Amino acid sequence: MTATSAASMAIQCEGITKVYPHFQLNNVNLSVEEGSVMGFVGPNGAGKSTTLRIIMGLIAQDSGSVTVLGNAMPEQQIAAKRDIGFVSEDMRLYDSQSIGFHMEFIRSIFDSWDDNYAGQLLKRFDLVKNQKVKGLSHGQRVKACLMLVLARRPKLLVFDEPTTGLDPVARHEVLDEMISTMEDETRSILFSSHNTLDVEQISDHITFIYDGNIVDSRDKESFLDGWRRLRLEIKDTPQLFDFPGIKDVQQSGHLAAVTVSDFNDQLLRQVESTGHKLLGTERMTLEEIFLTSVQYARGVSQ
Amino acid sequence: MNINFILSQSDGRAMYLQIMEQIEQRVAIGDWPPGTKLPSIRALAISLRVSVITVKRAYLELERMGVIVTQQGKGSWINDSLDLLSLQRQELDGALQKTAELAKTLSLSKEEILLLLNPYFE
Repeated sequence: MTATSAASMAIQCEGITKVYPHFQLNNVNLSVEEGSVMGFVGPNGAGKSTTLRIIMGLIAQDSGSVTVLGNAMPEQQIAAKRDIGFVSEDMRLYDSQSIGFHMEFIRSIFDSWDDNYAGQLLKRFDLVKNQKVKGLSHGQRVKACLMLVLARRPKLLVFDEPTTGLDPVARHEVLDEMISTMEDETRSILFSSHNTLDVEQISDHITFIYDGNIVDSRDKESFLDGWRRLRLEIKDTPQLFDFPGIKDVQQSGHLAAVTVSDFNDQLLRQVESTGHKLLGTERMTLEEIFLTSVQYARGVSQ
Repeated sequence: MNINFILSQSDGRAMYLQIMEQIEQRVAIGDWPPGTKLPSIRALAISLRVSVITVKRAYLELERMGVIVTQQGKGSWINDSLDLLSLQRQELDGALQKTAELAKTLSLSKEEILLLLNPYFE
């Protein structure tokens, strides 16, 4: 990977640790290059939300450094937040007020508010300006929060599960708007999601977190290239599978499906030298990669 | 330039390969003749609703194959001196290789494959 100066990293987390009574973030490293999209994937309770909150300066880390848009967090969070748009599940809006009220409210605080764009988003997201928040469905509420953030055109978007709980149409609308922001190469997105299809589609870089630890972090193409399912016909030799990066083995009679995480030509030759017959290799979806990673991480920790 | 690529996430084939194929097809049928300026990586990514890195990869591989030419600051375009014939031969080569691999896994001989080919040449 080529060296990048601090100036071109939208987010840089090094050695983040946070200890809670029943949960711990361990030595988390996370970097988001300016102009890129980072997908943050992990099961519930893995530490996604905690990490995002530390990045936003809402929680202070116990150790490690966080720099967001050149600002040290949490010390310089006020300066940082001018240019960050944060949306998470527990965003609170004023129930008795209208969407329009919130638009005015945000506009009064942020210079970068683009009223025209806000109007377009209202249409795009099928929201009614003078509708009161308490009358909105979950999906509409999420879209309203996203609209309020997107209309400011912030340099950095930090979204905690932006499409969770949305119907397919709403999901598509939200993803579309997220993608559109990338037209500006100075803007970046960090988003956490359960939806591996969405992550696979729009992320440049993907990070897996499990049980408070970063399990893997690579650019998307490397993930999809590196993880393969090898179909082997097992010869009756005592030679077991002795090549690196094996994450799972499913054997049935003389057939085996071996999942590897670092597939390359060298590995191919090592497989051939074991004497077993390679029947074929298959790429895996991000969902399968994720599930296998978690399974492996669980097995390792036992 | 009309960019109406049909891409499928459920295709099973890598997204960057699908993008490459769509570009190659347009070149092969003459819609994007040699010299045609390609959209920027970022612009294509936005219109295809995919990540920048995926389009970047497609462009890199196409450049490696000699289908497109990229110049810093100028963008990319379909190679002026593109040999369509050799491109199609490359495709055929790939298909033949796949056929041979499948034949091996099915334990079919070369002669059996030739027999199977007959109906397609009628």
